[in-house]
Formats: sequence, structure tokens, C-alpha cells
Amino acid sequence: MSVLSFRDVSLRYPPRAGLRAANDDRFVLNGINLQVASHELIAIIGRSGSGKTSLLNLAAGFIAPTSGTIAVDDVPIQGPGADRAVVFQDDALYPWLNARDNVAFPLKLNGVSRAARHERAQQLLELVGLGDAGERHIWELSGGMRQRVGIARALAAEPRFLLLDEPLGALDALTRSRMQELLLRVQHRSGAGAVLITHSIDEALILASRVLVLSPHPGRLTAEIEAGFSAEVLAGTPTEKIKASPSFKRLHDALTSLIHSLPNEAAA
Amino acid sequence: MTLLTELRPVSRLAEAEAAERSSDNETPGAKPATGAAGTPKPIPIVVISTLTVAVILGLWSLASAHELVSPVFLPSPHQVVIATYNLIVTGFVDATLFEHVGASLYRIFGALIASILIGIPAGLAVGTSRIGRGILDPVVEFLRPLPPLAYLPLIIIWIGIGETSKITVIALAMLPSIILSTSAGVRSVSRDHVNAARSLGATPRQVLVQVVLPSAVPSILTGVRIALGAGWTTLVAAELVAATSGIGFMIQSAAQFLVTDVVIAGIVVIALIAILLEYVARLIERRLVPWASHR
Ligand SMILES: Nc1ncnc2c1ncn2[C@@H]1O[C@H](COP(=O)(O)OP(=O)(O)OP(=O)(O)O)[C@@H](O)[C@H]1O
Ligand SMILES: [Mg+2]
Repeated sequence: MSVLSFRDVSLRYPPRAGLRAANDDRFVLNGINLQVASHELIAIIGRSGSGKTSLLNLAAGFIAPTSGTIAVDDVPIQGPGADRAVVFQDDALYPWLNARDNVAFPLKLNGVSRAARHERAQQLLELVGLGDAGERHIWELSGGMRQRVGIARALAAEPRFLLLDEPLGALDALTRSRMQELLLRVQHRSGAGAVLITHSIDEALILASRVLVLSPHPGRLTAEIEAGFSAEVLAGTPTEKIKASPSFKRLHDALTSLIHSLPNEAAA
Repeated sequence: MTLLTELRPVSRLAEAEAAERSSDNETPGAKPATGAAGTPKPIPIVVISTLTVAVILGLWSLASAHELVSPVFLPSPHQVVIATYNLIVTGFVDATLFEHVGASLYRIFGALIASILIGIPAGLAVGTSRIGRGILDPVVEFLRPLPPLAYLPLIIIWIGIGETSKITVIALAMLPSIILSTSAGVRSVSRDHVNAARSLGATPRQVLVQVVLPSAVPSILTGVRIALGAGWTTLVAAELVAATSGIGFMIQSAAQFLVTDVVIAGIVVIALIAILLEYVARLIERRLVPWASHR
């Protein structure tokens, strides 16, 4: 089992020329402590501009923290790596490759033979319900299908952690709730840990074992809520039924009032 | 069996999407055809263009039939057609039309290959490295605004009057647009695309080859098209100055002997080849990067 950890992490973007120094001095993230174990899916929820993407980019290694350490199993990360695969909000699939070759992309990087990577890509496409879409061009796929290709591509890298930046944000409500189930099953099966960033309180509660609230200016993890509904989803309970249960409603109300009590961007 | 039950939600999802798609497809068909009885149909542009050409040809025939201009200066369209036929069959100044065209195409494609082999790596260097940019920027900026004929004499002094000097001049005329389009393509690569590759385990070299280069291909192809245009112009001009074959040389020789019908035939051939090259380049572009219009 692996652990992804943040220890006293803070982040300040380098000051931009032309901006007043007072504005640049602010930390985007401050004092972030976080542990994510593999097999676990945690959700991070927070207002726009609270630093969610910045936090995920730190975990991915796209940017380096101003202070503190980010480590996988106590080894500090040295930049991006296949142990932490990212699923982007705007899919970031390669339009010059068809769906199957997109999924096979990480395998190609590893020098896996053509036949072997086709076979593996096909398995992963089937896992996300796109078994017969391998030959399709990316631009022929709907938003939901693209996100599934993106998830399959990330899984092909056999990561220890999946970093998901609002992967379902652009989908309509119905597709979204079905994709939530899919995401949970696929993640559960892969055994990878996952950090899910979302705006949706429902989504966070349904999928995550823990929901962390990121409050803005500077971004801090101010609350942590245990949510055990994902086991029910995996057991096959319809999400509508879970959402109607009193315990879900109680947590939902608690989270909602918590988030609304945070300062919003305009006020800061 | 467990697999099947596990996948059931997924297939439900697929159904929902299929329904969504089919309803999408109906929309264009359901749209009523525009241009109802009341509004007159506008004349297609093709018809207008064809008419324009016909009128020009008509005026030309009239002018030469009534000898408004001396036939030495303005042969009739009919004469030009006959001249073209003779060019194809017997030729002019020791070579048939196809041999002249062949010589010209050999030069232009030789130059194209040379400028691609140099220009794409140079463009990659400009687009990806500060040092590469620092070194090559002044060279490109110096070369770009220069009319190639300005340095043709110098090239002839250095390399001589053979094929190499012509190919060099044409390649130099093509280089800036290939370098600039490559570096622009490289710089336009999406940051998410690069980050995705890095988080999937790509080395910097793999990022360059598997992500940056493919992203730049549409821009590079546009650059090649522009280069072909610039090269063709330079080619004909270079052949007017220094050549013993080629379509430009043919026109130059014909003009010296006042064989105006051959001059006009040559000009028409030059225009037709340029149009053909552009058409083929666009065709290749569409075949090679169908995704460019879907980004
Ligand atoms: N590359 C950058 N350079 C400078 N400042 C940045 C950069 N990226 C983000 N910021 C700033 O950091 C803060 C947090 O941004 P971030 O994108 O992490 O927020 P977010 O929570 O993901 O917002 P959203 O929900 O809208 O995606 C914002 O104030 C933003 O302006
Ligand atoms: Mg964000």
C-alpha cells in the first residue's frame, strides 16, 4: 500500500511583473497537510479560486511547492511521474490519435509492443464501457465518452494515484451521475488511490471516503468529513436512494452550511 | 458473471448516449430548406467567375481579330493554343514543354526537401529553446524580408551558375516560412497535452516527439504551402536570370525573339502549375491532419 502525503505545504506563485507587490505576496495554499492511501478516494471541495487545481498540480508535480514536501511513501516527488496519473477537466486527449491509441499512449512510452498495448487498451476501453469505440476519432466522441477515454488512459499507466480535476464538471446531470458510479467502480478495481476535485457536494459525498474542504485566501484544509456512502454505491444501492437517506442529508446540510460560511472570492 | 453485473451501469450509460446522439442527428434534417419561393436564388460565385474569364477571353479574341494591337504583341487565343500544342510536341529552345516544366519542378522540389530538412529542426530549436531562438532569430529576420533575387548574384559568385545555386536560392526563399511556422506550431502546443504526457511517464524527449511535434504538424504544413508559393515565384525569376532550361528560361528566350504566343503560353502554364501545387498541398493537409479543424 502506498501513501501520498503533503507535509506543511504552502504555495505562492512567483510575482508577475506589473502587479503590485502587495497583491503578489499572498499565499495560494498554506499549511496543507494531507495523506491519501491507495485504495482510498478522497474528495476536495472548495469555491472557485480556492486553490484546488493548484493543489492537484502540486501533487502531480507540475509545479513545486514554495515550502513543505510532497512525497509518495516518504520519497519526495521530483516532478511529474506515471505513479500519479492526471485526468484533466478538458480531457487533454490527443486529437491525432484515435481512442485506442490515446489509451495505449502510456504503454507506448514504456516501449510495450504494438500488439500487447492494443490488447491492453482494448481491455481498458471495455472496462469503461467503450469496447467498440477504439477506432473512433476523439472529436467524434461525446464529452462523457472522452472523459472515460481519459480515465482509461490514466489507468493504462498503472498509477498508484489518480488525480482527478473536476473530470465530470462539464457533463449534464444524468450522464454525470452515471459516470460517478463508473469512476468509483473503476478506481476501486484498479486499487489506485484517488484525489477527486469537485464543485459538487453530492458528488463528493457519494464517491469519497473523506471529504476535505479547502477554504480560500490562503487555501487551507479547514474541515474533514467522513462519508461512507461509496461502499453502498459499490454494493449496488441506487444513488437516488442514498441521496434520500437522512444520514446523507445531514452530512449534505452540514457541508453546505460549512462552505457558505467561508469567505468568498469577491469579499476577500 | 461478476464482470457483467459490474458493467451494467456502463451499458446503460452507452444507451443514454446513443439516444442523445441520434436526437442530435435529426436536427439538421429537420431544419426546413431555406430560399423559399419569394426570395430569388443568388447567382453562385462559380458562375460569376466563369463569366469573368469568358468575357476576358472574348475581349482578347476581339482585340486580336480586329488587330487593335499588333499580332506581334498580342496573338489570338487560338494562336496561343497552337503554340502550346507545338511546345508539347516539338518544344522550344532545345526542350519540350514537359522537359522545361520537369526542370523547374526538379528545382522546386529539391529546394523544398532541403528547406524542410533544415527548417523543421531549426524551427524546433527556435520554438523550444531560448538559445536556439537567440541564435536563429536574427538569421531568420535578416533573410525573411530580402527579395531572393537580391542575393542570387552573390550565390552565383559563390556556387556558380549550375543547378545548386538555383536550388540554394529557392531553398533560402522557402526557409523562413518553414522555420517560423514550425516554431509557431511548437509554441502553440497545449499545456495540458504536455502535462498529460509528463504525468503518464514521458521523458522530455518523448514529450517532444510524441506531443510537441504532432501538435505542430498543421502549422508546419501551412508553412510548407506558403513556402511553395514563395519558392515558385523565386524559381521563375531565377530562371529568367540564370538558366538553360525551365519554364522561366523558356519565357525569357521566347521574349528575346518576340515569340509572344510562347510567352503567353508559358505564363498560363506557370499559373496552372501554381494552382495545382496549392491544390495538392491542401489535399495532403486534409489527409494528414484531419483533426486540425476539430481542435
Ligand atoms: N499559474 C498561476 N500563476 C499565478 N496565479 C495563479 C496561477 N494559477 C492559479 N493562480 C491563482 O491561484 C488561485 C487559485 O487558483 P486555482 O486554479 O488553484 O483555483 P481553483 O480552486 O482550482 O479554482 P476553480 O474552481 O475555478 O478551478 C487563484 O487566485 C488564481 O488566480
Ligand atoms: Mg480549478
